Amino acid sequence: MTAFYGTEIASPLMLGTAQYPSPAVLAEAFRRSGAGVATVSLRREAAGGGGAGFWDLIRGLGIPVLPNTAGCHSVREAVTTAHMAREIFGTDWIKLEVIGHEDTLQPDPFGLVEAARILCNDGFRVFPYTTEDGILGGRLLEAGCEVLMPWGAPIGTGLGLNNVYGLRTLRAQFPDVPMVIDAGLGRPSHAAQAMEMGFDAVLLNTAVARAGDPAAMAEGFARALEAGRLAHSADPMEPRDMAAPSTPMLGLAVLE
Amino acid sequence: MKITVNGTPADIAATDLGAALEELGYGKARVATAVNETFVPAAARAAQALSEGDRLEILAPKQGG
Repeated sequence: MTAFYGTEIASPLMLGTAQYPSPAVLAEAFRRSGAGVATVSLRREAAGGGGAGFWDLIRGLGIPVLPNTAGCHSVREAVTTAHMAREIFGTDWIKLEVIGHEDTLQPDPFGLVEAARILCNDGFRVFPYTTEDGILGGRLLEAGCEVLMPWGAPIGTGLGLNNVYGLRTLRAQFPDVPMVIDAGLGRPSHAAQAMEMGFDAVLLNTAVARAGDPAAMAEGFARALEAGRLAHSADPMEPRDMAAPSTPMLGLAVLE
Repeated sequence: MKITVNGTPADIAATDLGAALEELGYGKARVATAVNETFVPAAARAAQALSEGDRLEILAPKQGG
């Protein structure tokens, strides 16, 4: 199992905690999938609000927590949010999002690198939500990141791996860097594809939480991830254009 | 003193962040704070003076992806 900043996770499934029909369904999805990481956020709290109940639920999962800076559009917002998250969740892990466009939720590459450098220098262990761009990936590594989290497709779309060539190139460019496909996955087959390509984990939320049966879908993703990982380690055959018979021709009866 | 708490106007008597959280009803709640877009650690709240017009953000653990 790949280690992220020295921590091995029990499963390559990093699962979000938003949009579930109920806390009970959320807990069941985590239980059935055996997810290795739970992603969380920080939001405004009214006096006497219910944040404590959610935190107790997450702590009860017994797995590492990865807070995010979701919704932050500027470096300052993201850095301040990261500091607040570090205090409240008691972890220096941060899923760094610096959003560049409201409709596509595409990362702002310039702000992302700047925020990553600030946070890495301040002792954070940064998981940057990035694109498949290899130059950007290199800049993030130079800034101190030891993990890259390229998107599969825009957040919440469920489109799968939109740019397979770009992702394959990024994987090949930095073969020793732990990489997580973050966002855009809709079906377990997308997760299996990512693992077959040599990615180390996936991070998803909507595909599970918005399924008709979130717990069953979470388990489906977990099984697909395992299948994909096994396939990658088994050195898959190369595809070819022309047919090749699998049944030996030797000994074929002559019947005409 | 008039300040803004999570985007909503508030009128408080407290003059520091620690006292303001008590006055606003957060007590021992698990929250993180920022004043005027700058993070204020829990240990520094009592020493963080508040001024008229300050913008206070009080955040708590929530669901996220």
